[in-house]
Amino acid sequence: MTAGMRGVRRDAIGVGHTRLPLGLIYAAMLAFLYLPIVLLAVFSFNANTSLSFPLRGFTLDWYGQVLDDPALLAAARNSLVVATVAATAATALGFAVSVAVLRFRFAGRRLLLALAAAPLVVPFVVLGVALFLLFNIFGVPRSLLTVALGHSIVALPYASLILLSRIVGLDPALEDAAMDLGASYPTTLRRVLLPLVGPSLLAAWLTSFIVSFDEVALANFLAGGDPTFPVFLYGQLRFAGRLPVLIAMAVLLMTGTIILTLIANRLRSRHQ
Amino acid sequence: MLGRRGSLRFLAVPPFAWLIVLFVAPLLLAILISFRAERGPIDFGSLLQASTVQYEKIVGTPSWLRLLATSAGMALLVAALATLFAFPIAYFLAFRARHRAPIFLILLLVPAATSFLLRVMAWKVLLGGSGAINSFLIWIGVIQDPIGLLLYSQAAVVITLIYVWIPFAALPIYAALQRVDRSHLEAAADLGAGPWSRFWRVTVPLSLPGVLATLFMVFIPTVGEYVTPFLVGGTDGFMYGLLIQDFFSRAGNWPLGSALAVIMLLVTVALVAVALRVVDLRRAVA
Repeated sequence: MTAGMRGVRRDAIGVGHTRLPLGLIYAAMLAFLYLPIVLLAVFSFNANTSLSFPLRGFTLDWYGQVLDDPALLAAARNSLVVATVAATAATALGFAVSVAVLRFRFAGRRLLLALAAAPLVVPFVVLGVALFLLFNIFGVPRSLLTVALGHSIVALPYASLILLSRIVGLDPALEDAAMDLGASYPTTLRRVLLPLVGPSLLAAWLTSFIVSFDEVALANFLAGGDPTFPVFLYGQLRFAGRLPVLIAMAVLLMTGTIILTLIANRLRSRHQ
Repeated sequence: MLGRRGSLRFLAVPPFAWLIVLFVAPLLLAILISFRAERGPIDFGSLLQASTVQYEKIVGTPSWLRLLATSAGMALLVAALATLFAFPIAYFLAFRARHRAPIFLILLLVPAATSFLLRVMAWKVLLGGSGAINSFLIWIGVIQDPIGLLLYSQAAVVITLIYVWIPFAALPIYAALQRVDRSHLEAAADLGAGPWSRFWRVTVPLSLPGVLATLFMVFIPTVGEYVTPFLVGGTDGFMYGLLIQDFFSRAGNWPLGSALAVIMLLVTVALVAVALRVVDLRRAVA
């Protein structure tokens, strides 16, 4: 390698020279992050109720039992419903917040922005307690709807941040042009802004969906007799014999979440 | 035809209303209820009371306040260590990975997308008396009897939560490092600063907003944790969040539970207010 090439390389990496084997540290960290999950996945194929070594042989029994467990499947379906409702609400509200804050000057502008981000600084146990009291005192029975309402609040900061960072980069002149050509503002939003925001809207929805789908601390306070999957899992984890089936189900759902994350990430990075 | 100005209320009113009804009102309600004297059924007529009985009870119970201090300490430790471990990952992604950064970033995000409960369970399975680490060591003959003390301790809670948070912790630091102007580093090098001094006097100060955002992103959910201490903490790893949850599930004392929750809320809001004065967090996450 010539001196000139070294110079180019040095500039490209911003003089970030260190003798620390950063790549190795990164690889070790990844191993640390993956090992426990991979281990659980391995145990979900192991023909033994106890999650311990030595492995007893390959089985698909646990996955078979997932399909024979109506309560488990109902909980998974509940989570899908809750996450869909919560993500749709959070994305719609996050879009409204973003457009209002970035395209208008009004008295409550900064307050709206602060409120939309504020759920991030409240521990879930506190918000869970507060919403639990609210629903109780107003006589709202706890149900999947109350969980979805709670999740719409905790997902809103994520949806808002994603949409704000997309809309801030769009030229308002495009909307002005549409209105000069005679479109009403709602039409302009629908026909001009929405298509431009497009994939980020889906990224916000998927991120909110994942936040809701995996959430247990808040849902545990707000779910009635009909649990979401994490709440069901939380309640069942004390029964050691149930563990392999629960893990098999969790591995199945996890695969779905990972695929959704990859899609959300791809949409966001390609679009910004 | 609806003009631009007229549309504002259709955009601003729904999120305002949603946040006031489902976020501001419940928190205010919890504050109201924390000032009730009795635990009996709550109705609108008797909602307004101004008793400080619950707060007096909390102040008069040192073990609860100690628990809050312990939980805050554990959360601080988790936040600090998760940030410490996440920093080299973020540094690698921002300065070394170059065109492969997107792939390495996704590899990091996959564990983050894995079910939170499953990741906590993984550590319960790993650390348990008949768990994976012990049974593996016995199986290969390193030990004869299981090592105790792995599970059901403060350390188990801290390790599990650090594990849970590392991937998320790397993201704000990575974003901050990406924004570090490479010409600053070159200027420092031209002025004779060595790699070590460039790192400590240019890179680290410029990444501070991201580091602080990370500390809070980890600290806030951790200080209120009750799920992880319930699963892997045992009596040693009991946390303040679990105490709050207890007063709403088993003990059924809502005013006292509310007062405990209000204290936790005050602590976190005070910390965030202080942090916002030190560093502009909005710039760090945007």
